[in-house]
Amino acid sequence: MIRRAALLYFGLAGLIILVALVMGAPFTVRLSVEALALSLIALGLNIQWGYGGLFNFGVMGFIMVGGFAVTFISVPVNIEFWGSEGPFMLLKVLIAAGIGALLIMGANRLHRLGASPRWHRSAQVAAWIVAYIMYRSQIDPAAKYIEAEAGFVGGLGLPVIFGWMFGGLLAAGIAYIIGKIALGLRTDYLAIATIGISEIIRALIKNMDWLTRGTLTVSPIPWPVPRPQDYQAFGVDTFNSFVFARAGYLAVVIVVVIIALFLIQRAYGGPWGRMMRAIRDNHISAASMGKDVKSRQLEIFIFGAVLMGIGGAILTSFAQIYDPGGYQPINHTFIIWVMVIVGGAGNNFGALFGGVFIYIVWVLSEPISQAMFINISQFSEGVGWGAIPDIESRSLQMRVFVLGLVITLALRYAPRGLIPEVVRK
Amino acid sequence: MALVALENVEAGYGGAPILKGINMEIDASDIGVIVGPNGAGKSTALKSIFGLLKVSSGTIKFDDEDVTNSLPDRLVPKGLSFVPQEHNVFTTMSVNENLEMGAFIRRDDFSDTMDSVYEMFPPLKEKRNQPAGELSGGQRQMVAMGRALMSKPRLLLLDEPSAGLSPRYMLEIFEQIVKINASGVGILMVEQNARQALEFASKGFVLANGQNRFTGTGKELLNDPEVAKSFLGG
Amino acid sequence: MNELIFFVNKVLVSGMVLGSIYALGAVGITLIFGILRFAHFAHGDLMTLGAFVTFILTVMAAALGIVAPIPMAILVLPLAMVIAAGLALGIDKGFYEPLRKRGAKPVILLIASIGVTLMIQGLIRLFSGVSTRSFYADTPKQIFRIDMSFLGASRPIVVTEPQIWMIGLTIIAVLALHFFLTRSRLGKGMRAMADNADLAQVSGINTKLVVRVTWIIAGSLACLAGTMLALDVTLKPDLAFNIILPIFAAAIVGGLGQSYGAIAGGFLVGFAETMAVFNWAVLLRPFRAGLPDWIPNDLSIVPTEYKLTVAFTILIIVLLVKPTGLFKGVSS
Repeated sequence: MIRRAALLYFGLAGLIILVALVMGAPFTVRLSVEALALSLIALGLNIQWGYGGLFNFGVMGFIMVGGFAVTFISVPVNIEFWGSEGPFMLLKVLIAAGIGALLIMGANRLHRLGASPRWHRSAQVAAWIVAYIMYRSQIDPAAKYIEAEAGFVGGLGLPVIFGWMFGGLLAAGIAYIIGKIALGLRTDYLAIATIGISEIIRALIKNMDWLTRGTLTVSPIPWPVPRPQDYQAFGVDTFNSFVFARAGYLAVVIVVVIIALFLIQRAYGGPWGRMMRAIRDNHISAASMGKDVKSRQLEIFIFGAVLMGIGGAILTSFAQIYDPGGYQPINHTFIIWVMVIVGGAGNNFGALFGGVFIYIVWVLSEPISQAMFINISQFSEGVGWGAIPDIESRSLQMRVFVLGLVITLALRYAPRGLIPEVVRK
Repeated sequence: MALVALENVEAGYGGAPILKGINMEIDASDIGVIVGPNGAGKSTALKSIFGLLKVSSGTIKFDDEDVTNSLPDRLVPKGLSFVPQEHNVFTTMSVNENLEMGAFIRRDDFSDTMDSVYEMFPPLKEKRNQPAGELSGGQRQMVAMGRALMSKPRLLLLDEPSAGLSPRYMLEIFEQIVKINASGVGILMVEQNARQALEFASKGFVLANGQNRFTGTGKELLNDPEVAKSFLGG
Repeated sequence: MNELIFFVNKVLVSGMVLGSIYALGAVGITLIFGILRFAHFAHGDLMTLGAFVTFILTVMAAALGIVAPIPMAILVLPLAMVIAAGLALGIDKGFYEPLRKRGAKPVILLIASIGVTLMIQGLIRLFSGVSTRSFYADTPKQIFRIDMSFLGASRPIVVTEPQIWMIGLTIIAVLALHFFLTRSRLGKGMRAMADNADLAQVSGINTKLVVRVTWIIAGSLACLAGTMLALDVTLKPDLAFNIILPIFAAAIVGGLGQSYGAIAGGFLVGFAETMAVFNWAVLLRPFRAGLPDWIPNDLSIVPTEYKLTVAFTILIIVLLVKPTGLFKGVSS
């Protein structure tokens, strides 16, 4: 098994070198940064699905949250906003939301005061409605005002690393809420619920222009390491400046991935990991042995979400732009699933391998299919059938097909992945 | 010639075999009762006949034709019917529809068979349009047996037909089983209430550890002191 | 009075149209879940595929010079439904059946259906490009304006021709399905298998046949729904991917495995969506003079851009309050 994994990793290294030779160094370093960030996200999903057996189809939501977090922390302070009425109005929103939350909490506890179930239910519904109206009555004018006066709230101007951490933290908070709501559900319901919640997150981030600038996008987002233009300022030529800057970024990402991998491996080898496997394989018997299944599952869900949030933050700061319109379930949820399934659910090195490998396949299938199409097009022109129109946009779609093909083939012929879980007794 | 014959049947769920070479023969006129301790392979024997688990060696013949490892949709048309112990009615469907499902393989008019089932179990007739899930345990058992009879079987396999029933219902069900047999249908059943069942059994099989221990008529087994001591609770 | 007409147009007509599409999609999902016990995620793309089949047939029929008094898409629809049913069968044979044979868990089939989703989307975009097409490129959509002046309204109730077809065909499809499930031998066999698959097998019901029939029905209904949606709006490769989530919400709200529940769930979600984004202040406009000033001009429950979240909010509330759905779904 270890030999097989080593062989696969050697092959992967060879593939990366080959890509570097054909596509050049700047491209390859960029590819590596993105692939590793996605691998970090795949590790997060591997914790949730591979270890915990929890179905999360809302990966995109956590990635978006991470991206928002790093944007908010690291983008410069917007003086126009802080000088306006905006902060005060947001404070009022916060107070309204707080009162609403207290109302809901109060209604939830009404049965302790001896209210009949019917009264309890009606009071809960009423509390939610009142809270919603209060919140909307404050947020709507505040949002309108901020968008008109200051554009958006801006950032805090803090170092990027804090943004990454905040990404993990924010994702954890959202995972806590989702987990509280949805983790008791059956697998297929959980799948739909998580995908729904991630769509809600997307709708919110896309439309809360006052907070995120929505589809107007935020840029530039700073880097934790010197950027290409910083090198250029010292007289480094363009090509090398890209290589150096991206290599610096890559080094930071590698450190993050190694730390994450080290921590997960240690936790998984210990009693915590054993308990997780017991819960996944038979949560009824685990529950009967006195394990608190629900809170353990919540723990694992949050743990995975933290990695997704950090990964999302890394991706966003690397791209230097936060564009909520650019997030699609295909690129940010399903591809992560393919990575984990193909790599080997339940094995961290499998997920890591899957992450890098699938991303390379995903990125390269575009130029390859483009080349293919151009050849076919030339052929069909040669025999008089005419050229294929819109080769560019069509070949871009080829990779979606390839992704689907890879996952169905993997499920059929290697259901446990390329580097399967090592079953420990 | 036996209606159904098991020869050295070994079968199981993929792991170690549960049946380790079972022999049985039932004629159309027989009521065969399989008794034995828990885990002896009683239900497994029925399921192996009905193709619900894999027979790894030995042969099962129905009407002298080799039907080893045939699937139910081939066996039902040949004249076999099986009443599982649990979940043996379609709970969301009406009693009438349950019976129709028993006749799924029949392309002819089966209304007379249905009439005879209702005649056999009068309580069902008044509840014919009620969902089977709303019936009592005893009535459900009637629906289950009625459903199995709708395909006009020549051999009826029953897995613990009296499980969970009150003594009154148990006797009623046993009475009906004798009647069904009298109409020319061979019976092979597993029963926990071994004493009562062996009373009317023409053949009794005592299984233990996946093997035949005693075989004889019901009376013979009841009178055998060793069987009585070890398997019928003294 | 005009305000009321506005309400009818915006909420009732739109809700009916949306509900029809959701209902037809949700029935397919619920049937597949009842028989095969997995959430078929590729259903939205089956709808898109069906719409494209209809589109291709329409173009071919036009090229052959066939003219008809009804929209060409409706004319070729039966043939398109047959083709879509065949495609659905082929997808099952190629991708799901091998996994079922291996005894894979429903979750694995769910993931496989994601793979199928991606492949269908990739293929459709590969062949059609990403552009938007319309069934009404040559002839304009016929629009019916029902005059409401006898009620003192100056605005008419507006219904387009495809919307009328859609509502009519949905009713026909629902009735046909109802008679199939309650009167025919195979339909009852399908219900039996959804109820208790083991017992269905023991009863000698040909379960493989039932599975095939399920795909045929789901595929042809998906084609119908997809074509209707494309007629009402436009034909895009990601046509149904955007509505697969409300459709799932409809199926779950109705109770997975319950055909009637899915239909009710479809209309429930459809009307809920249109009502949630409707600006209720419109209805207050005639009384505006007598109302206090602090009532805002926009009284929609959620802003239009959050329409998608409505289905999910309903879904989550149902899952929390009554997890088996409003019509008691099958548990597995």
